[in-house]
Parts: sequence; C-alpha cells; structure tokens
Amino acid sequence: MSSRRSRSRQSSSARITDDQIVDLVSKLQALLPEARTRGNDRVSASKVLQETCNYIRSLHREVDDLSERLSELLATTDMSSAQAAIIRSLLTQ
Amino acid sequence: MLALHFLRALVRINQTSDPSRCIVAQRSRRIKLAAYASIALAAGRRRAWSRAVLCSLHGRRACRVRALSRRRVSSGKKAKGVHPTEQREGGGQVGELRRLVPGGRSMELCTLLEEAGSYIQCLTAQVQLMNMIADSMSK
Repeated sequence: MSSRRSRSRQSSSARITDDQIVDLVSKLQALLPEARTRGNDRVSASKVLQETCNYIRSLHREVDDLSERLSELLATTDMSSAQAAIIRSLLTQ
Repeated sequence: MLALHFLRALVRINQTSDPSRCIVAQRSRRIKLAAYASIALAAGRRRAWSRAVLCSLHGRRACRVRALSRRRVSSGKKAKGVHPTEQREGGGQVGELRRLVPGGRSMELCTLLEEAGSYIQCLTAQVQLMNMIADSMSK
C-alpha cells in the first residue's frame, strides 16, 4: 500500500508539462548563434539539443585555445602595462 | 564581476609562475581553471552548475593534497542521488547535454535545460572577456 502511494507521489512530482519543455527549449534556441540567422522559425527540440551540445563544446574549445594564447602572451608581456590596457578597455566598453 | 575575478587570477598566475621554469602548457592549464572558477564565482552559488564547478575545483585541490599524504587510492563513491529513470530519460542528446553541463548528471530535465542556458551565457561572456584581454595584450 505504502509503496503504491510513494510511487504515485514520485510520478506526480516528476511530471513535467510539455509547455514547460517547449518554453525552455525555445529559450535555449534563442541563445544559440544559429538563432540569429534562423530568426523565429521553430526547430525541433532534438535539433536544438544537438546544436546546444555543439555550441557548448565549441565554447569549451575556445576557452582552451584562449588559455593557451593568454599563457604565451603572459610570458612575453609586461603585466603592469597589460593590466592598464585591459582596465582601460573594460572602462570604455 | 567576471572580469574582476579573472584579472585577479591572471595577476596571481603571472606572479607565482616562473617564466623560465613554468612551461606554457602548465600556465595555460592554470589559466583555463581560473576561467572556469571566474564564471562560477560570478554566477554565484544559486546555480547548480556553478556549485558543481566550484566543488570540482575544490576537490581537485583536495585530491592533490590527499595524494601527497596518502599513497592508497580508494575507489570512492560515485555521485549519489542519481535516479536510474533520470539517467535513462532521453538518452542520446539529453545524455550528452548532461555530460557537458557541470553537475548535469543528477538534474531533472527542466533544471538541466535552464542550467544549460545559464552556463552558455556565462561561457560566452568569459570567451568575450578572454578575447578582449588577449587583444589588449597583443597591442
């Protein structure tokens, strides 16, 4: 008896509405770079998830590449002048 | 906020690394870890992915200390609280997204999609910041 009750409680708390999923997927779609070219056209959830995974992977790769680039620059640049240049560009943004 | 954390970390890395001995790859790894720490700190502890990043960075440091003091390596417990149904749910792309978003393995689908959105926004901001810093230093 108790197991049946706990099972039904579990399923009701885990039930996510389709509207919620559609809403979240469309928000995710808006963040992807392809959204700018595609505009407001609806794409399948599976396609959005695939593009999201691809985009996160490409962002990870960019962080790796930029870390290497910054590491090389740190070795050759005087940090104090670089700091001044960076802060100047941040303030003028 | 993001820029502040990351710039501080860069200054620290530059001060503590000896250019003659420290190879580029080692410094690059430290910069990469600083980048992820910065976005997690900027996002704060209200996001599950930022908590997962900070935990893993903390664990990394703790692991190094443990490895130095103790030779014996225990198998350790895997992440608890992962329901088999959540693992099976969606398979394919959802499973892939769970692997890419920090802490994604134990999230419900709704949470995973929200967290993925936040993670993408923060990663994009970090990449823009790093590009800007690299361009400033290249001039």
